[in-house]
Amino acid sequence: MTARSRPPRAGGRTSRLPDRVFRSGSGLFGASVVVILVVLGVQLAVNGDQALSTFGTGFLTGSTWDPVAGIYGALPYIVGTIAAALIAVTLAAPIGILTAIFLAELAPRRLALPLTFAVELLAAIPSVVYGLWGVFVLGPVLHSTVEAWIVDTLGWIPLFAGPTFGIGLFAAGIILAIMILPTIVSISRDVISAVPDSHREAMLALGATRWETVSRAVLPVARSGIAGAVILGLGRALGETMAVTMVIGNGEHIPTSIFSTAQTIASKIATTFNEAQVGLQTSALIALGLVLLVITLTLNVVARFLVWRAAGVSGGGRT
Amino acid sequence: MTAAGASLRPISGPRTPAPGDIARRIQRAGLGRRRGLADRGMRTLALVASLTALVPLGGVLAFVAIKGAAALNLDLLTKGPRALGIGGGALNAIVGTAQMVPLATVIALPVGILGAVYVAEFGGQRSAAVVRFAADVLVGVPSILIGIFVFTFLVLPFRQFNAFAGSVALAVIMVPVVLRTTEEALHLVPASLREASLALGVPVWRTVLSVTLRTGLPGILTGAMLAIARAMGETAPLLFTALGSRLVNVGNFGQPMDALPLFIYRNATQPNAVLNDQAWGAAFLLLLVVLAINVLVRGRSWGRRIG
Repeated sequence: MTARSRPPRAGGRTSRLPDRVFRSGSGLFGASVVVILVVLGVQLAVNGDQALSTFGTGFLTGSTWDPVAGIYGALPYIVGTIAAALIAVTLAAPIGILTAIFLAELAPRRLALPLTFAVELLAAIPSVVYGLWGVFVLGPVLHSTVEAWIVDTLGWIPLFAGPTFGIGLFAAGIILAIMILPTIVSISRDVISAVPDSHREAMLALGATRWETVSRAVLPVARSGIAGAVILGLGRALGETMAVTMVIGNGEHIPTSIFSTAQTIASKIATTFNEAQVGLQTSALIALGLVLLVITLTLNVVARFLVWRAAGVSGGGRT
Repeated sequence: MTAAGASLRPISGPRTPAPGDIARRIQRAGLGRRRGLADRGMRTLALVASLTALVPLGGVLAFVAIKGAAALNLDLLTKGPRALGIGGGALNAIVGTAQMVPLATVIALPVGILGAVYVAEFGGQRSAAVVRFAADVLVGVPSILIGIFVFTFLVLPFRQFNAFAGSVALAVIMVPVVLRTTEEALHLVPASLREASLALGVPVWRTVLSVTLRTGLPGILTGAMLAIARAMGETAPLLFTALGSRLVNVGNFGQPMDALPLFIYRNATQPNAVLNDQAWGAAFLLLLVVLAINVLVRGRSWGRRIG
């Protein structure tokens, strides 16, 4: 990676006045992205400070969210957020990684191109349309088929106990799985494609089958990058708002089963922010947003690092 | 079965060389079959996983097409919601999206494109990496937080939800997308073109504008169109900024304005079949435009990849 030469560029050291103006002008626009990010964090911290300083760590560990009594504990929403995202990753990671392997290693070109295109389209569908589909199509179908079956067979485990409603954590997890699938597939595929051909050739020359080549020569090299792709997917699942808001059922308690209704941080903000009293209640919701920002930023940084180290592709960028 | 095994054992003892040889050969053949089976099994599994990924795409498209097309009528396209009672159309949302997204584009394109020019052409290795990293991180920030962020400085001080804040929120979402795709496009411009221009004595700023950006234009347009398609479908950043409105708002960016995603969200969450149908109709319109942009733009670069 260090051997790769720097990309070509027109600018360098230049002394002419218009050039310097142009250079610093473009620098200003580039810097604006950094400024937006910093100010975003600062604004959330400043506006959420009232709630955070009132409740301290109790804000994270409290399980009562009562605007009338003026008590704000975010635990049910934190648990809901993590639970929905975990269901999503559990479903999407195996399917996504296998799809990426298929697209990068196994599929004939004629099949790989349209499939890649279809996965890209999956990413293009707006969140709210997934939500609409989730409420009116997926929810009822799940309720009468998969959920009933799971409760019948595994219902004795509290985690899989009924009652089921069609909407709830499970439906939200499935919708999220669909939404993060393109992220996992496309980044994993890039990382797998970046593994040098010499690895494959050496393995095939030893008489290995195609699958042995993939699983023993390609995947070990691509592993950390694929982990990065999955973490990026997890980050998306944690912050996704509209589709989840529409299908998760807006339950205010800590979920006890995967079929419980729940609230994620994002859905709680989406459903109550506009009715909130400006003051402690708004501040509590913004503090909730700050918690979400910290979680997603941490995951993003870790994932970008893993992907970048694995393939020099951070969404396609090179250094 | 055990009886047969027991009767065989005394005849072919484990020590006799010839049967052992055969056994080894059989064992090797069996291992080969197992490897072949594992290979075929896993390859089939990978194919099945890929096809599974297509099921939701087909499901969503089919239902939006069927339910949406059925809900489509002239009223949906030409009338706002009825002032009293239920019915009317989605004109308020269509008009709102048609105003807020262009304004967001006008804000986001210069920032994104010039930011990319800095990263690709001017920035030092470290400062370029910082901008690029910030853009990547900004893409990963949940869009609802961008809504809150814009709310705190464009809505809260004025105590007034407004469409301008909505456009700014959409622009914040578009900027990093435009920046990264533009940067990609600029990196693909051959160095020889820049060098030729500079060698002719053309100043750097003109080289960037009329050689680098000009050559990278198709890629930049691709990124811009995809960013527009993404902004059109965003709901969360508009909830606390443009808010949504039952009135057809033309040109008044100081007041709340509706958008197609907001319209879908509102109508889908009402317990009323007529409103639900309108949500499907609006989803049909939205998806038609978003997918048309995506197919057009990606289809072209797809064609290039094949050819």
